[in-house]
Parts: sequence; structure tokens; C-alpha cells
Amino acid sequence: MYEFNYHRPGSVDEAVGLISEDAKILAGGQSLLPTMKLRLAQPSDMIDLAGIPGLSDISVDGSTVTIGATATHASVAASSAVAGAIPALAKLASGIGDAQVRNMGTMGGSVANADPAADYPAALVGLGATVHTNSRTVAADDFFTGIFETDLAENEIVTKVSFPVPQAAAYVKFANPASRYAIVGVFVAKTADGVRVAVTGAGGSVFRASDMEAALNGNFSASSLDGIAVASDDLNSDLHASADYRAHLVSVMAKRAVQAAGG
Amino acid sequence: MPNVSMTVNGKAVSAEVEPRTLLVQFLREKLSLTGTHVGCDTSQCGACVVHVNGKSVKACTTLAVQHEGADVTTIEGLAQNGELHPMQEAFKEHHGLQCGFCTPGMVMSAIDLVKTHPNPDEKTIREGLEGNICRCTGYHNIVKAVKAAADNMGG
Repeated sequence: MYEFNYHRPGSVDEAVGLISEDAKILAGGQSLLPTMKLRLAQPSDMIDLAGIPGLSDISVDGSTVTIGATATHASVAASSAVAGAIPALAKLASGIGDAQVRNMGTMGGSVANADPAADYPAALVGLGATVHTNSRTVAADDFFTGIFETDLAENEIVTKVSFPVPQAAAYVKFANPASRYAIVGVFVAKTADGVRVAVTGAGGSVFRASDMEAALNGNFSASSLDGIAVASDDLNSDLHASADYRAHLVSVMAKRAVQAAGG
Repeated sequence: MPNVSMTVNGKAVSAEVEPRTLLVQFLREKLSLTGTHVGCDTSQCGACVVHVNGKSVKACTTLAVQHEGADVTTIEGLAQNGELHPMQEAFKEHHGLQCGFCTPGMVMSAIDLVKTHPNPDEKTIREGLEGNICRCTGYHNIVKAVKAAADNMGG
């Protein structure tokens, strides 16, 4: 790992003020530090958010679950408030990485990093969440823009994400047995505004399966998805799974998620 | 260089470190606590697991400076007054190790697992140890040891 300067600001404003061209925001560090060890990233400055009070708060207010950026996966998984309001979200958090990664890794870090195989992006897009930054709010549908790419500007930090409580939801993934990253993960949510189906792991970035959403809006049942598949043209192909296999897995995981959500 | 202070195995420690110093390097190289092992150095194998404020973390994937003021426990801090921790005792009793390289991390992860799941079944134990890799034992005796320790620690 190359040398860098370490900063531990006490507020979001102070953290934003420390951002420079080659600085990186450090939350749990479970993706960033391995990347730096491999020298795939060499930030000049590391801005650690761990010292900012209130940034890891989790709250449930009527029809909204709000999770602070530095809330760990373990704390989301263990939150009875989250499990009561959106059980699928608590379950998703409980399946990220391993126990030790979940004790350090954070929701905000996962969202800002936008790994194509990460779990949280599926929850954000599947539930129609809103990303809050130090300067604005962004709809999850507009937030994830590509492989490790988001709509965040250079001087922006994710502060929290608010998730509307759905009528029913479930997340099912076909996990890489070593890393637990999603080879394909599908988040299905039945909301007042219709059904949302978000797919992670399969493409360069999380995406919605609109044909599946239309079919499930007609009848929220796994059998509604019979014969519906996503095109494999733009899907990932690597040593874990071919694009065609991933397309197949999307349909299988989507059906299982609909069943798990009561459909 | 920044100074970092924390409590390690009940003792206050303080040292100047480079910001890039990993927690595991701080423990092994500054404090000579070499019971915490570095296996893969890529946060997969779990040989480096220690407790930070009571929670198990991979010490190879976190910086020492991130843990200013923290309470850290390593494998060396488990035995009290010459008595092994019940988890260590169970690993010994049930032969939950062969070469022993993964054992410190296994024991630290297992203690955190039993704390969050006081009466774990086999599936819970196997899932809870997903972040720890043992290349000798096939896990069979490790799982037995954790179950026995959980029974002892609960009772």
C-alpha cells in the first residue's frame, strides 16, 4: 500500500472541505483497503468518516427506513426496527460477505463504491430508495450509472439512504461461494406504485427488469415470469458464469424472490 | 507520523505509526503480539481476526489509525490467570486444529459467533465461520469444538 495522509473529520462539512483531487473517502474500508493493497488505488489522502457523530444512525419513521452512511451491515442485519419494517433489507445485509466484513463494511461505502456485484444497489433500486448526500437527494434509479460509477460529484459524500417501506419484498442471490458477492441477485418489491424488480451482479451496474415488472403488475406470482428472460447481450461474462447463464439465473432468482415475497 | 493509542488485551498502548500501517502490523510488529496471524492478506482467510470493541474484525483489512481509543482483544488476551478461555479449551478438547495456523482467528471468530448466537446449531456455526478458512481439518472438529464451547459458555 502506498503512503497517504489520514484525516478524521468530526463533521460532514469538515469532511467535504478535506476532499481533494486524489483523496478517497474511507468508511468501513472493506473494498477500498484491499484495492489499495493491490495498488489499484493510491489516494493521496484518506478521509475517515468514522468520527462523525450520528452518521451511523438507523431509524424507522412510519413508512420510511433511514440508514446512515456508516451503519455497518451487521448493525442493519441486527436491527429489529429494520427487520420489522423491511425484513428483506435486514436479510440482504446479513448475507453480505462474512461476519467480519459485516462488522466493518458500511451501507454508504457499498452504495458509493457501486460494485457491479454488490447487494445493496439491488435494494436501493428495488425499493425505489432515495440517496441523501451533503448537498442534495438523488433517486436510486438515477444514482447508479455504470461499473463502479455513480452520479456523485467529486465534492459529494453519501450521508444516508431512505427506503420506502414496501407491501412485500424479497432479495435472493446466487452467491459466489468464496466471496458471497452476487453472481446474480434479484430484489423484488411490491409497492403502492407497482412492482419493482432490480438485478445486481448480472450487468455492469444494477438495472430494472421492466418486462418482469409488467408481468408481475398483472399478477404477482412466480408463474407470471414463465418464459420471461432478460437479454444476455450486455451481461457480464467471466470465470464464474457466462452471460447466457447469468440471464438464466436472473429468471430463476426473480421467481424465487417473488415466491419469498409471498407471490 | 500520527500517534495511535488504544487498549490491547487490557493494557493501554500508544505508538507512532504510518497511516498505512494495518492493525495486524501494529499488533505483530509494534506490540510483538504474533499470535494474530497473516494468512492471505486479502481479507478472505480470517487468520488475522481480532476483536475491536467486542466485535470480530479482520485485522489485515483495517488501519491501526482507524482504531484510536478502541478496546482490542487478541488471542493472547483470552486466557485469564493461566486458565484457557472455554473456546480455547474446547478446541483443545475436541482437536479442532491440526497445523494451528488458522486457530487464533477461528477462536476469535467463534467467540464472537457464540456471543451473537448463544445456542448455535451446526448450520449457524458453519455460516458464522464463513470468513475463516482452515485447510487441514475439514471443519468437522472445529464445529464440534464451537458447539461444545457454546454449551459451556451458556451454562
